[in-house]
Amino acid sequence: MSAATSAGPGGTLTGLRRGVASALHRRPRLQLGLLLTPPLAWLGVIYLGSLAVLFLSAFWRLDPDTTQIVQEPSLVNFETLANTEVYRVIALRTIGIAAAVTITDAALAFPLAYYMARVASPRVRNLLFIAVLMPLWSSYLVRVYSWRIILSEEGPLNWLLGLVGLSGPGFGEISIWLVFSYIWLPYMILPVYAGLERIPASLLEASGDLGAHGLTTLRRVVVPLAFPAIVAGSIFTFSLTLGDYITPQLVSSTQFIGNVVYSNVGVAGNLPFAAAFATVPVMVMAVYLIGARRLGAFEAL
Amino acid sequence: MTRRFLSLAAAAMLIAAACQAQATPTVGPTATPTAPPAATPTAPPATATPEPTPAGPTPIASIGAGEGELNIIIWPGYAEEGLNEPAYDWIHPFETETGCQVTTKEAATSDEMVQLLRQGGGTVYDGLSASGDASNRLIEGGDLAAVDPSIFPDFNDIWPPLQSPAHNTVDGVHYGVSHGWGANLLMWNTDVVTTAPDSWSVVFDANSPYKGKVTAYDSPIYIADAALYLSFARPDLGITDPYELTQAQLDASVEILKDQKTVVGKYWSYYGDQITDFENGDSVLGTTWPYQVTVLKGEEVPIEAGLPREGATGWADSWMMSANAKHPNCMLMWMAWMITPETQQQVAEYFGEAPANIKACDLIETSPGPWGYQGFCADQHASDPDYAARIKFWKTPSTDCGDARGKTCTDYSVWTQKWAEIKG
Amino acid sequence: MGAHAGRIVLRLAAGGVLVFLYIPLAIIVLYAFNDAKSQSWPIEAFSLRWFGVALGNAKVRDAFLLSFQAALGATTIALLLGSAAAFAVHRFRFFGRDTISFLVVLPLALPGIVTGMALNSAINFGIERGGPSFGLITIIVGHATFCIVVVYNNVIARLRRIPRSMEEASMDLGADSWQTFRYVTLPAIATALVAGGLLAFALSWDEIIVTTFTAGTDETLPVWIFSNFRLPNFRPVVNVVALFLILLSAIPVYAAARLTGGSGQVGTR
Repeated sequence: MSAATSAGPGGTLTGLRRGVASALHRRPRLQLGLLLTPPLAWLGVIYLGSLAVLFLSAFWRLDPDTTQIVQEPSLVNFETLANTEVYRVIALRTIGIAAAVTITDAALAFPLAYYMARVASPRVRNLLFIAVLMPLWSSYLVRVYSWRIILSEEGPLNWLLGLVGLSGPGFGEISIWLVFSYIWLPYMILPVYAGLERIPASLLEASGDLGAHGLTTLRRVVVPLAFPAIVAGSIFTFSLTLGDYITPQLVSSTQFIGNVVYSNVGVAGNLPFAAAFATVPVMVMAVYLIGARRLGAFEAL
Repeated sequence: MTRRFLSLAAAAMLIAAACQAQATPTVGPTATPTAPPAATPTAPPATATPEPTPAGPTPIASIGAGEGELNIIIWPGYAEEGLNEPAYDWIHPFETETGCQVTTKEAATSDEMVQLLRQGGGTVYDGLSASGDASNRLIEGGDLAAVDPSIFPDFNDIWPPLQSPAHNTVDGVHYGVSHGWGANLLMWNTDVVTTAPDSWSVVFDANSPYKGKVTAYDSPIYIADAALYLSFARPDLGITDPYELTQAQLDASVEILKDQKTVVGKYWSYYGDQITDFENGDSVLGTTWPYQVTVLKGEEVPIEAGLPREGATGWADSWMMSANAKHPNCMLMWMAWMITPETQQQVAEYFGEAPANIKACDLIETSPGPWGYQGFCADQHASDPDYAARIKFWKTPSTDCGDARGKTCTDYSVWTQKWAEIKG
Repeated sequence: MGAHAGRIVLRLAAGGVLVFLYIPLAIIVLYAFNDAKSQSWPIEAFSLRWFGVALGNAKVRDAFLLSFQAALGATTIALLLGSAAAFAVHRFRFFGRDTISFLVVLPLALPGIVTGMALNSAINFGIERGGPSFGLITIIVGHATFCIVVVYNNVIARLRRIPRSMEEASMDLGADSWQTFRYVTLPAIATALVAGGLLAFALSWDEIIVTTFTAGTDETLPVWIFSNFRLPNFRPVVNVVALFLILLSAIPVYAAARLTGGSGQVGTR
């Protein structure tokens, strides 16, 4: 209280602050405006604006001679997309590998998540939790880089397989599937773990009391209850694979949607076509999310 | 950490919500461009007149005081500061002499160079080392500044065929100065490929014994390599210039490239990738730049490289300035610097190409650097017009065949699309 | 199959997945001590010589510094804008309130290349009208855009848990709204701010795709790694930098484990 009356710069500052505070308190609309304007200006105007222009540009085209963009609305890019087989192949490949990665991650995540949630002691559980977080926080590029070393012709994997007369997958679709499965695995483990942890122990006991075998309980009780969590995890593994172009470029010569988009915008300067193709993963994700919502994945988070 | 996926999940949920709520017109933003944005607004579309500098550009005729900074787009190895090999450093001396601090941006393909130069309306980068397939696109697009070459003291020492070549001089107006030239060579791992190949046929063989270990350059312009090979292997196609292909000729080239795809392990566009692949044995045979040959030999990787009997595609590069350069004087000083005999010696030895300034050859003969040697210029055929004639220098394919066939050729956008098809 | 056998199988499977998670990291750690430039396996000789080389590499230091500045800038903006949006949504009812959460999350939910392309066009548009050219500022703008959401989510989740009565009690006891904010609200959301800020920092620190589209000639650490791990002369330095990054990741992991109290709060909000 004395601060307000005492002289000196500190005092006036405090007084000023209180004045502003109470003025704001009396004008909630002003307060709201001050709070909302900066984030809205940033995201609503700058970001959404540029996003809108980007997708609008999908209806423009590139002049082949000057390689300048011509701003006349047309569907030419979408026609090219629809009529060229290779783009369909690339889109299907991307979606297919994203699905394969998702299934692989679900299969890998389940035992570890189950062990963490239902078997491990609290101490071990904490340690495992940290152990899953560690790879997630280590640099994405570093982890892909490591796989380049592992998979190369003279790398550790070929050396190991060579001992028994085999050789590794080299760099192709298999390597992409393998590396993506590795990179996004923690994103699956964490939600599945959370989902499993929420299953009341009494349910499992009841299942056992009613004479169900361990495996039966797993199949008839645990998996169905954990399914929404698996779908929740799949949102990450699927969408992150769908939008990536760095990993396919680094561990293969195989094209993903992202690679075509990148080579059009970053290399050929054909922003309109890149924008048109970029609508594909956005659409696919929208459909996927609506499906995931039906399966109750969002309640599982 | 758990928050990271929580936020993503929230994102997911909201998108789903937004998609479902699409029926009701909300003022809020929509993620997915479901409805085509109502064409262009009321204003008539200003039918793209990408205003090039008005007709008859006045060439810059003097170099003023430096701006203290220079941002350039380069081919790898074209601007070194001694990080790889201390003897090869022509950036620091330039900075000391002119006070222009140099920042470089490496590009992997000509397309990337064009795209980079146009960033920020040509204000982000001051200039580039353009090959013929980028330079004419940029000149046509009005992206480059016209320059009076007499402001460069060493201009008259440039090999005469390179003083005003079509790839940097249009209608007598200079848009740059020649840097150097060379061929895209065939490289092979001598441990695996034991008989030295002398024809490009080895990389186009669908039954190659090196299946999965063949490599190729990842750019539409590589179609010209196939066309060049076909001009010998399939004379019936009548290919006279690998950059001027009719639809039938292009289709034939694409056909053998699709066959090639079945034996290619990895395509390369970033030179470092190719170096790594040859080192690790992931690639053993394919097209390359002399620079990779030099580096790999330095690493004592068992490789050899040569010019096959069909000749090769190649490049003739020029330093060119952006029409909207923010540091024009530093760029002009850099262009002058890059064609001095001393710098030309360094670049030629370092990258492994023929220098544009023939006086550099005298320097290499009398005092070669660590990667140079006596007879270097003879090996590079630096002033050999017959050899240069066997190299088909990169240029941009256009509908105009440039001969009696008229406008029946395939342009670069068609090549770009074909290239995506080839890679699959 | 008995319960005992089942447990052993589970243990083995869980252990196998854990090994799968850690082998690539172990490989990187090993290669940082590789004496040779080549990547061939097995490693023939070990040495510490590349640590010195890495430390002396000016480009690495510049990249490290730039990454740090970018992450710091992006985190600061994300903290300000993210918590402002969270307060607005939590405290007020207004038209379009429901779309705010959606808007905030969009930059992270869309593929990085889409956000990158959009921002690149916007920056180009801006440059021609006197806006900032590619560099630190544009990197920060790009990163902050997708970092806002993590702060927003943390803060709003916490605000929902603070009983409104606490603030009302503070006001009843004579505190003005500033004092209430300073002594009641802020301490209550402090850990949420730290957690959100930490996440924002980490997202920015690791970002490569959006950076590619917003950085121009400047190199952040990921960009530097991306162009140099394919060059024989710099590969050993990259190995050391990679090891260093793995070690650094222990900091946020430790903090995150502390903040969430280990397992207890996973998945709850």
